[in-house]
Amino acid sequence: MIKTGAEILCECLIKEGVEVIFGFPGGVLLPLYDTIPRYPQLRHILVRHEQGAAHAADAYARVTGKMGVCLATSGPGATNLVTGIANAYLDSVPLLAITGQVPTHFIGKDAFQEIDITGITVPITKYNQLVLDINDLAKAVREASYVAQVGRPGPVLLDIPRDVFQARIEFNYSDKVDLPGFKPKLFGHPAQIKKAADLVNSAERPVIIAGHGINISKAFPELKELAENAQIPVVTTFLGIGCFHESHVLSYGWLGMHGMGYANKAVHNADLLLAVGMRFDDRATGGVSTFAPHARVVHIDVDAAEIGKNIAVDVPIVGDLRNVLQVLNKQIERREHIGWLSQLDEWRSQHPAMEIRHHEDILPQYIIRQIHEATRGDTIIVTGVGQAQMWAAQYFYYDRPNSFVSSGGLGTMGFELPGAIGAKVGCPQETVWCIAGDGGFQMTVQELATMVQEDLDINIAVFNNGWLGMVRQWQELIYNKRYFGTQLYNPDFVKIAEAYGIKGVKVSKKIDVRPAIHKAMEHKGPFLIEFIVEPEENVYPFVPPGKTIVEFLEMPNPAASVKK
Amino acid sequence: MDRKHILVALVQDRPGVLNRIASMLRRRNFNIESIAVGHIEQPGLSRMTIVVEGDDANIEQVRKQLDKVIEVIRIADITGESPVAREMAMIKVKATPSTRSEIIQIVDIFRANIVDVAPDSLILVVTGTSDKVDTLIELLRGFGIREMSRTGTIALPRGGPGPLTIEENKPLRHVVEQAAPEEENLPDW
Ligand SMILES: Cc1ncc(C[n+]2csc(CCOP(=O)(O)OP(=O)(O)O)c2C)c(N)n1
Ligand SMILES: [Mg+2]
Repeated sequence: MIKTGAEILCECLIKEGVEVIFGFPGGVLLPLYDTIPRYPQLRHILVRHEQGAAHAADAYARVTGKMGVCLATSGPGATNLVTGIANAYLDSVPLLAITGQVPTHFIGKDAFQEIDITGITVPITKYNQLVLDINDLAKAVREASYVAQVGRPGPVLLDIPRDVFQARIEFNYSDKVDLPGFKPKLFGHPAQIKKAADLVNSAERPVIIAGHGINISKAFPELKELAENAQIPVVTTFLGIGCFHESHVLSYGWLGMHGMGYANKAVHNADLLLAVGMRFDDRATGGVSTFAPHARVVHIDVDAAEIGKNIAVDVPIVGDLRNVLQVLNKQIERREHIGWLSQLDEWRSQHPAMEIRHHEDILPQYIIRQIHEATRGDTIIVTGVGQAQMWAAQYFYYDRPNSFVSSGGLGTMGFELPGAIGAKVGCPQETVWCIAGDGGFQMTVQELATMVQEDLDINIAVFNNGWLGMVRQWQELIYNKRYFGTQLYNPDFVKIAEAYGIKGVKVSKKIDVRPAIHKAMEHKGPFLIEFIVEPEENVYPFVPPGKTIVEFLEMPNPAASVKK
Repeated sequence: MDRKHILVALVQDRPGVLNRIASMLRRRNFNIESIAVGHIEQPGLSRMTIVVEGDDANIEQVRKQLDKVIEVIRIADITGESPVAREMAMIKVKATPSTRSEIIQIVDIFRANIVDVAPDSLILVVTGTSDKVDTLIELLRGFGIREMSRTGTIALPRGGPGPLTIEENKPLRHVVEQAAPEEENLPDW
């Protein structure tokens, strides 16, 4: 059959299992936008800014485990995607970004809206390609989709000139992938796994650090089996939150700068770290030279380059976690570790970081806890970046994989609203809560219109503290309260919502928190709650930059805090 | 301990490959001494020789990061295999009637060649290890170097099949252990 490039693209996307495209049109995309409607299997969601398209596709991928797709026009459309692509890159999210490009005969002429987006995105994509010939298009889509999803996932970009969309060829689909240089290693080395098993079987104070890789590999049962059989406490990374039930007796929270004190102590005092699907990010390790000084390290990851990158490793295992853990589990002996676990429990009682002190006004932590209670934990939490993000990670108990969606590696303010859109589109049956800072909310506020246009039932909680709170906290604690550039003049967020046709309430009294949360959930369609929160609340524990993870600061005056 | 390492890579000839590799090295702050690229016996493939300085762990990072670049089919650090490594330099040096014979003597000692003679200068070509080329350049500096150009190192391991040897009837990507070499060298497929 003779097909146009635009038709070929649509058909190839369908073959890749794509159902949703988050996009924004422009001149060079017109032939494609003239074609998409003929493929009703492809749902196009019009965002209000291309960054939103990338974040939505990113969150969609995180909650569904499928590849997310975003689409932007050449020039400014493409550059607007950059933050979103970088976000997906640092968090290993399978994202296909498609950009239109000026017609091939204009390339290199600085034509109107011509920008070298493949050049720009080299350092933030796993793979990208400028498709100059319609004959290469189908293969390019197949390969990009394959690379995005196989091995360690990541973003890929295809830049397609307008005339390639318009060209016609006799089209025969082939699903062959010919990438001799792409060599993900999916099975761990048996001898290395044996060594790891020996270390686990002889460890006195083992700790599992479970990362985002568990979510990606869907190695949940394998992780649980490992932990339970050998009675090994599990600490997750920030992005690993939810990959191991936080209500499980062996769960000891998450580690790092704002992680639980007992999690950091567990890691610091361990004699064996089993690091699975994580990358020893500096926010997780704190001062790296003094990180886990007594521990031997088994590091399992599908990306060989992560091993030995930040910390020295005793037993490296490269492979897909599911495969590796299945083999490892067969060699693990049953253990008790009673002494070690009771030591951890003692630390947990000494550092009850997750208690909420009594306070007249609305503490942000209190809101998170109330959302947890109202939803019984059965919701997807999508956050922005900053203090509210950390409280959402700390004060909610995540018992389901991928129920915590947050920008970890890049820490992108503005992820919250489009992220919530992607999560809701990906999981329409789930309740979605968007936890927004008053700063981050305003970075992508225009996506409220997308929510309305798509009629997405999303609950939005704006934490109005009047500050870029996390930066203010650093200015308070590290720069002796020299506040500068962090206080916000804010609009009336409820009126903003109203202007978009979204119902909302402003809550400034503690007693109104719960009813508002319930009201939001009962309401069909988007609903916004503006919480006026205690403005100068700080996130604790806090490991100051460069310090060892056990040198965390805790909430001052713990005597004043009482159990909830 | 920092020292020079020679990495050799087999890469697909695709647009942007050099950019991708250079970008990776720059982004991760690796110290590149030289990069040389050229076609090989197999159509569609090129060989890159990258000289980088760093300690062993650092270089292992470079190797693994480059191995992730999709167009890189194979990469190996051949420093330990005492490879034959050469580079070429062309040097245009000032030559007056009084210095000319002294220069020619130096050229002979270094087994360099004079490829162009002008009234007040000579162009000479030298091949050898980087050290040899460095030494020659130092010696010539006193006479006045007008212009020069160096190729960067290229290298081949000695003897039998090396890590980049393409064997007939074997798929390109399965010939070398592609995972972390610290994972013992037993093949596991
Ligand atoms: C795009 C972007 N710009 C700047 C920052 C630096 N930054 C990190 S947290 C933060 C403050 C966030 O403020 P807000 O959204 O109000 O959340 P809060 O900390 O007050 O809860 C800033 C400015 C960032 N992470 N992302
Ligand atoms: Mg704020």
